[in-house]
Amino acid sequence: MPPFIETASQTAGPYVHIGCTPNVCGIAMYGGDLGAVMRTGPVRGEEITLTGAVHDGMGAVLKDALVEIWQADAAGLFNTPFERRGQADPNFTGFGRSAGDMNTGEFTFHTLKPGRVPWPDGRLQAPHVSVWVVARGINIGLQTRLYFADEEAANAEDPILSRIEHRARAETLIARRTAPGAYRFDIHLQGPKETVFLDI
Amino acid sequence: MPPDQTPSPPLGGFMARNRAAQPAAFHPAYKTSVWRSPRAPLLSFPSSLSEETGPVFGQSLLGPLDADLLSNFAAPGETAIGPRIIVHGRVVDESGRGVPGALVEVWQANAGGRYRHAKEGYLAPLDPNFGGCGRCLTDAEGHYSFRTVMPGPYPWPNGGNDWRPAHIHLSLFGPSFAQRLITQMYFEGDPLIPLCPILGAVTDAAALQRLVATLDMQATIPMDSRAFRFDIVLRGRRQSVFENRKEGL
Repeated sequence: MPPFIETASQTAGPYVHIGCTPNVCGIAMYGGDLGAVMRTGPVRGEEITLTGAVHDGMGAVLKDALVEIWQADAAGLFNTPFERRGQADPNFTGFGRSAGDMNTGEFTFHTLKPGRVPWPDGRLQAPHVSVWVVARGINIGLQTRLYFADEEAANAEDPILSRIEHRARAETLIARRTAPGAYRFDIHLQGPKETVFLDI
Repeated sequence: MPPDQTPSPPLGGFMARNRAAQPAAFHPAYKTSVWRSPRAPLLSFPSSLSEETGPVFGQSLLGPLDADLLSNFAAPGETAIGPRIIVHGRVVDESGRGVPGALVEVWQANAGGRYRHAKEGYLAPLDPNFGGCGRCLTDAEGHYSFRTVMPGPYPWPNGGNDWRPAHIHLSLFGPSFAQRLITQMYFEGDPLIPLCPILGAVTDAAALQRLVATLDMQATIPMDSRAFRFDIVLRGRRQSVFENRKEGL
């Protein structure tokens, strides 16, 4: 059998938005950008806003990053035809993509608070959002997760969070509540506050 | 692809990523990577449903011209300037299975090597009939194709005299978020390939070679377009030991 090895990643470069969010950079295509809207109708669960920015090793905010998220609905179900455990909320896509603000670099997702999803052994994971970051200078896309500060009990028993030995580093995966329904999540590519990135 | 036509993906968690065939995150010759590469080891975990699922996009997403960069931004009756090419290939996973319904998004510079972007600094002219982006879905066997112009090489502010080889960026969604991939395809015979610091981050010679699309004279359109073939491999899943299935490995 011939070897099939994953194609090598390459940096998304400075112009990733031409391909992934063309409307953001002034190229009117497709009737709108993919992943710009996550709630397509009334949704079940708590509607929330996730805001943050991606920082480099010097603490500067990236203005050319692309951040994507993927998450379960409020019942812990994913909106994909491969979901076999039940019917996910049809008005919630679960997928978001944000180019970030051209001037501040801040990304924003209008989403909902996810439910709990089982770990392979059946234990429940804490509510979380899968996050993927690419940008100029990132040779291979970075996977991480966002958890919620107000889910202390669930976070304490989460299979990933509870296994991070350095507690200060575990904090890098926690989004802070800044207002009702609003959370802040900053991603640090490098440096003393470097986010825990996952090799999944 | 409507759910009733969607085949079941193989079961089991994702195979560990083959990092030897991937670029190093920290690669000083590519200067921007110096402050943008994580230094702590990545934390390894088995995949869960959060990574084994992902957004699935159907044909209803696509417009009729989405995969035709020659005309999807052009004025009526006009076409983009430059050598016309077809880029096609097959998306498979690491088990060699075709990946149906994968979304392939592409972007590139125009034939002169210039991007349609406010931060683009190269002097080559913009082509009013070329937007530089397109997208398509793979068919039931994992095949994809799009039409475009041959992108030009261009200088970039990394070293004093660095030029990017001609390339097209590709963003891929398999059915799982763990398969998310952005890469670039290059063109057979380009003398800039061995000089490029971005390509230099891929140290495995075979992995590097797989980023180079090959001229495919069997797939040309006579008196119209040359064709280049670029096959793509997305991450694969282990077979679950709990499933008594014949398919796969």
